[in-house]
This record gives sequence, structure tokens and C-alpha cells, in this order.
Amino acid sequence: MEHTVKAFGEELNNLTAEVARLGGLAEAQVADAIDAVARRDSGLAQAVIERDEKLDLLQAEIERKAIRLIALRQPVALDLRHTMAAMKISMQLERCGDLAKNIAKRCLILTQAEPLTPLTRSIERMGNVVAGRLKEVLDSYTSADVERAVSVWSRDHEVDEHYNSLFRELLTYMMGDPRTINSCAHLLFIAKNLERIGDHATNVAEIVNFEITGEEMTAERPKSNALLA
Amino acid sequence: MAFQMSRILRNSMPTQRDDGVDGPISGAAVEPVVNVTPGAASHAPVSQEIKIRARDINVFYGTKQALYDVNIDIPAKGVTAFIGPSGCGKSTFLRCINRMNDTIPGAKVKGAIEIDGEDVNQKSLDPVVLRARVGMVFQKPNPFPKTIYENVAYGPRIHGLATSKEEIDHMVESSLRRAGLWAEVADRLQSPGTGLSGGQQQRLVIARAIAVNPEVILMDEPCSALDPIATAKIEELMDDLRQQFCIVIVTHSMAQAARVSQKTAFFHMGYLVESGPTEEIFTNPRDTRTQDYITGRFG
Repeated sequence: MEHTVKAFGEELNNLTAEVARLGGLAEAQVADAIDAVARRDSGLAQAVIERDEKLDLLQAEIERKAIRLIALRQPVALDLRHTMAAMKISMQLERCGDLAKNIAKRCLILTQAEPLTPLTRSIERMGNVVAGRLKEVLDSYTSADVERAVSVWSRDHEVDEHYNSLFRELLTYMMGDPRTINSCAHLLFIAKNLERIGDHATNVAEIVNFEITGEEMTAERPKSNALLA
Repeated sequence: MAFQMSRILRNSMPTQRDDGVDGPISGAAVEPVVNVTPGAASHAPVSQEIKIRARDINVFYGTKQALYDVNIDIPAKGVTAFIGPSGCGKSTFLRCINRMNDTIPGAKVKGAIEIDGEDVNQKSLDPVVLRARVGMVFQKPNPFPKTIYENVAYGPRIHGLATSKEEIDHMVESSLRRAGLWAEVADRLQSPGTGLSGGQQQRLVIARAIAVNPEVILMDEPCSALDPIATAKIEELMDDLRQQFCIVIVTHSMAQAARVSQKTAFFHMGYLVESGPTEEIFTNPRDTRTQDYITGRFG
């Protein structure tokens, strides 16, 4: 149903639209960072680094708007959940942007060393899974689809499994040829960053679930075994 | 090593935010932080003891039905707020609790309202006695056209709660103190009550209501004629009194209901749509009508 005060409804819709826009930017940053690593494209990596500021600014803008809305409209119930979700999700997305930027920075270093194609392939595979999760959870946000959000939330272990196997793969390489240690260390951080982006997607799924249902996630999320190394 | 140390330094600030982006891996994989709290704790839990129990309340004004099958339990200590659009029946229900509807010709109340298990509508119960147990504060302050002192002393005197001058003096002072008015009127107890400001008058009638040691205080939009500061004083007073009394307030201000009450009931078109802990009603109401009303979506 429409708000009696139309401007209030418009402000809320506007907030969602801005978060969706930030989501689109974050998705592109993550996808491009992975692409840059896979294709050893330092130009693309540089572009990712430079674009990060846009995400920071947009996130700050969303936060300002949300604070203003709380101060002037005193939202309650679903409106309050909506406002808080916008604020919290934008923080998660901004963080994904930072991680993508960090991947791009490491990519610049990797392009100066010998290519480690089998490893960057693994990174790409893991990256595609993570990027897919981010996209799906953002779709669940814009379409207010709680089932989809829960589905993303319950599949976080897939990323963890990729990460664990990459970790072992990298160790094997480093032991086999110490000259690769430098590049492998960066690839390891890239894998860790991807894993963290996956975690942020999971957080977004939780926020979307609360926004729509008003309930917190109570079920135990499936987890893969913690990596002990 | 080509990697920029300055970036590492920037990112190695010991904050939660930056931790781990560039920093060295610590050996074990970092477990994702998932906060799964089953049901957040409320700041002000609703007391378990029930003071007022209403069962199947139907109210008619002549042929017009004003309330339909209202069932609610009101806790013994705390503030319960009734909200809803004009004409929804919230004031009608409030007035059932101390039988104020008796005075309206053609009004008929069906169903049972019990206070501590005792039916308020039973023939043997004197409404005057009932109204001493169940005090009421109205939208417009209605002090008697008497002195401040007399306004408060009147109740204890006619109900025989005090006889000697000292006893009554004591009751007047303690009631005015509990109503947060003593400091403002101590030096002019013999001035007319009607000479006080609106907010002071409202606190005076609250003092008058609590002077007879009621169990329940009903408030029908007690702040709608008051400015924000006087409103804040009444709300502060309610927050104080809820430790001792069962307070029921009807309010048009959703924000006020959210601020002062621990339990909220939403009425709509004569039905009690939903009632529950205030925190829940204002974060996650069950019924779409409640949601539409509190978020300002009613046409």
C-alpha cells in the first residue's frame, strides 16, 4: 500500500534504488578484478582501483540519506527494517569494493612475474562462484525474494571449499618451486579476499531475510571444516 | 618486493574494518562471523502477572456496534498502549474498564472484564468504589474549581482513606511528589488548580488520581493538549508510575505509544487486530493492517 505521505514512500524507494546501484558497481568491480587476474590485464586492474572511490562516495551518500530519513520520518516496522537494511547492505557492498580493489592491486604485481596459469584458472573458478553469489543475493534484495536470499545463505560452504582446495594447491606450488612463493602469496591473499566477498554476500542474505521477514536467521548454516594449516 | 608497503601500513590499522585485507594470514582460516541470536531480549519485559482480563467484549451504542469480541490481557505493572484510527473503539474499550460507558444512554456492554479475577460489571460492585480502584485521566485536564490542595485531598477524604489533617497533608504532599508537581506548587497549595498551566493541570489530575491509591490508571490521550516539554514530563511520570501501577493509555501518537508502553494493542473498526510487546509491534507487526497503520499507509 502507498504511504499517505507520498514523499516518504519516494524516499524509501529511492534508497533501495541507490543500494541496487551500489550493488551493480560492486558486482562489476569484483567481476573485473577477477577478469584482470585471469587475463593478466593491468589496464583493467588499474581501472578497478580508480573506480573504487565511486563506491565509497555512493555508500556515504546512502548512509546520509538513511540517517536523514530516520531523523525526519521516524520510520517503523517494515519501513524501519527497509532503512536499516539499506544502510547495512551498503556497508557490506562498499567492503566488497575494497576487497576487489585489493585484488586489482595484487594483480598489478602478478602481471610483472611469470604467469601461473593453472593457479589463476582456479582463482577464476572460485571468483566466478563468488561473483555469482553476490549477483544472486543482490537480485534477492531488489526483488524482495526471501527464498533466494536464504538459498544464497545456505550455500556459503561452496566458497569455503574452493578456498580450502586453492590453499592446498598454492602450498604445493610453493613447496615445489620456491621462486613462485611471491606470486603464490599474492594469489593466496586474492583467494582470501574472494572468500571474504563470499562472506559479505552471506551477510547481505541475512540482512535481506531480516528486512523482509522481521526475523533473524535461526537455523545453523552449513559450514565446511575450518582450514587448519 | 614490489608490493606497496604504504598500502599494507594503511590497511594494518588495528580496526575490525581493515583487519585481514592486506595483513598476513594467521594460520587458521577466519570463520565467518554469523550472529544467530534466538529472539533479542526486550529492554523492558512485560510483567507476567495479569491485572485486567477482557473476554469477548462487545459494545453497542443503541443499534450501532462499537466493539467486536475483544479479548486481551493487561499486565499488572507497566504501560499498555491502545492505538488505532479515530472511531476504532480504543476509547470505548478503555471506558469499559471503569464502567464509564454506564453513563451513556443506550450503551450496552457484553462480555466479561475482570480485574484481579473480579468482574467489574457485576451488580454488587459499586461503580464509585470501582473508579477509586481504577483512576482516569482525560485528554483535557479537568481539575476541580478548587485549590490545588483540595483537588488532591478530595479523593482520600471522601473514600475515608485519611481523616486527620496531618494524614491528609501527608497524602497531598506524597501524591504531588509522585506526580512530579510538588516542587512547582509547594508554595501555592491554596491557589486554584485551574490557575496552573495545562501540563501542570494534567499532572495535578494525575496526582488526584493516585491519591486514592488506585490499582489501575486509565489515560485517554493525556498529552494531546500539551506541548512537547509538558508531554515529556507526563511520559517521565508514566515511566515512574509503571513500577507500581497498571497504566493503560489511549494515544493517537504512535511515537508516544512506542516511547512509553511495554505492550501495545492495535484497534481497527471495532476489532482488536493485534496486541503484543511494543517492541515487536513497532519492528515486526504480524497483521498487515497494523503495519499499514503504524507506517502511515492508511488511506
